[in-house]
Amino acid sequence: MTTKIDEAQVRRVALLGRLELSDEEVAQFSGQLSDIVTYIEKLNELDTDNVEPLAHCLPVHNVLREDVPKPSLTNDQALANAPARENEYFKMPKVLGDNSGA
Amino acid sequence: MADLDYKVIVGLEIHVHLATKTKIFCGCELAYGDTANTHVCPVCLGMPGSLPVMNKTALEYSILTGLALNCEIAKFTKWDRKSYYYPDLPKNYQISQYDLPFSEHGYIEIPLESGETKKIRILRAHLEEDAGKNTHTLGNFSAIDLNRAGTPLLEIVTEPDMNSAEEVGALARELQRIVRYLGVSEGDMQKGHMRFEPNINLHITKNGEVFKTPISEVKNLNSFRAVERSVAYEVRRQLAAFEETGVTMQMGNKATYGWDDDKQMTVLQREKEEAHDYRYFPDPDLVPVDIDDAWLGEIKGRLCELPIQMQVRFAKEYGLSDYDAGVLTADRATAEFFDGTVKLGADAKRVCNLLTQTGLKLANEKGVSVDQLRISMENLAKLAKMADGGDVSASAATTIFEEMAENGGDPAQIAEAKNLVQKSDAGEIEALVDAVLAENAKAVEDAKNNPKKGKKAMGFLMGQVMQKSKGQANPKIVSQLLNQKLNV
Ligand SMILES: [Zn+2]
Repeated sequence: MTTKIDEAQVRRVALLGRLELSDEEVAQFSGQLSDIVTYIEKLNELDTDNVEPLAHCLPVHNVLREDVPKPSLTNDQALANAPARENEYFKMPKVLGDNSGA
Repeated sequence: MADLDYKVIVGLEIHVHLATKTKIFCGCELAYGDTANTHVCPVCLGMPGSLPVMNKTALEYSILTGLALNCEIAKFTKWDRKSYYYPDLPKNYQISQYDLPFSEHGYIEIPLESGETKKIRILRAHLEEDAGKNTHTLGNFSAIDLNRAGTPLLEIVTEPDMNSAEEVGALARELQRIVRYLGVSEGDMQKGHMRFEPNINLHITKNGEVFKTPISEVKNLNSFRAVERSVAYEVRRQLAAFEETGVTMQMGNKATYGWDDDKQMTVLQREKEEAHDYRYFPDPDLVPVDIDDAWLGEIKGRLCELPIQMQVRFAKEYGLSDYDAGVLTADRATAEFFDGTVKLGADAKRVCNLLTQTGLKLANEKGVSVDQLRISMENLAKLAKMADGGDVSASAATTIFEEMAENGGDPAQIAEAKNLVQKSDAGEIEALVDAVLAENAKAVEDAKNNPKKGKKAMGFLMGQVMQKSKGQANPKIVSQLLNQKLNV
């Protein structure tokens, strides 16, 4: 069987997912992911020429809510699961080259 | 550098906070400057198992803005996940719109210095959620406030149709005026309601050949001044870089810059365009939206006359200067109050003067808009007509305006009560003129026969008559009588 997902691709996906993998794991996942992709490729046997792309699997549209405020959590509730806090804030490892702000 | 022929090319990406009460996908209230992490819930904290539900008002505000920007509104729109990892984005993805934005292909008309307008094409506008705030650093750590996370954010992308820093500034200001007119955003720059990211490069013609400089993107500008100055700075920097190295645009040499307001310069953030891999895919938590004609029609009904249209109309139909028209259309309340008053038959220039010279100042002092002063359009129209008819002087009209703004009331009654009605009775005024002429033989002589002092003498006599009338004589009639009697 051909390798659908080679080791370089595994390393790249791991980087995007912020995962640290050992060389053994990279080899292992390359095999496993290739098997998965091969399995999924069965779907290509279906003729989809005249089928509209599906945006969502539920036959439901327009689920909207009115712009009415609901109670939020308290500060302590919000931070209850935080690994670390500083007063009212979440405390997180600093990100270098921060490009936040969407 | 001076002999290089070049054209500035700028496109703009703008993020606008929508003025909904709650966040885009949860019922947390939008609050600026409140205690950190007190306007958060499982949805906007990105907790597993929580489900977002779309805020109808946020969607309608977006569509309304799209319509005002002359965009085509999609009948079908959906939500996508854009993956990236930053601590201020707790889900590790942002809900946004990728291939099916709710609006595309519009334009915005911006005012130019010349008084003309220019159309800047809009590529697309889509809706997304804002991230939280990375407020301050604690050594190797950051303090994160997620109150802002989930604020509805309208992203508007223009085509690269702007050709100067001034045009970029004009677009930014015009957009602010539009969203405020529509009531979809407060457009408060101090609160970060509008953020700008210009993409800038130059087309340089040298020896008959056109060279394109590498594109710079300046991130996260939150004042009009910073937008204009960063563009102007980039133009100078790119010219110098081209002169020095001849560097031109190639795949992957687009660079990202920040703006250092203290040093008034752009600062390189990332040299190479990183191969962003946002891995967009349809968000399974949110179902798509169909926008049918009935709903779209209902939203269309909420459109108002746009500020630039009003500004052009005021200049054209009412003969106002472009400057005055600009001042009156800076906010919608003033523009509509002015327009309504003029439509009651008052002279546009007179109403304009009363509003811009007195009304706006008083409104500003009281922290209200002009229409919230205690003056109705009817009474303002009446006052303007009184001033035009010579019943009250221009300065008396100001006094009456101030009285009306403070205590309300009818301008004619106020004029009466305050003794501000001008005397236009020719017989009564003639007696005053005669008395003044008799008392000032020297000035009369100068006015008649001394070409050097004539004008001054005339002014003096005029002043004397006005003084005798306690300022109540109609100056037009006084002047007519003086000219007649002195035969000048
Ligand atoms: Zn929330």
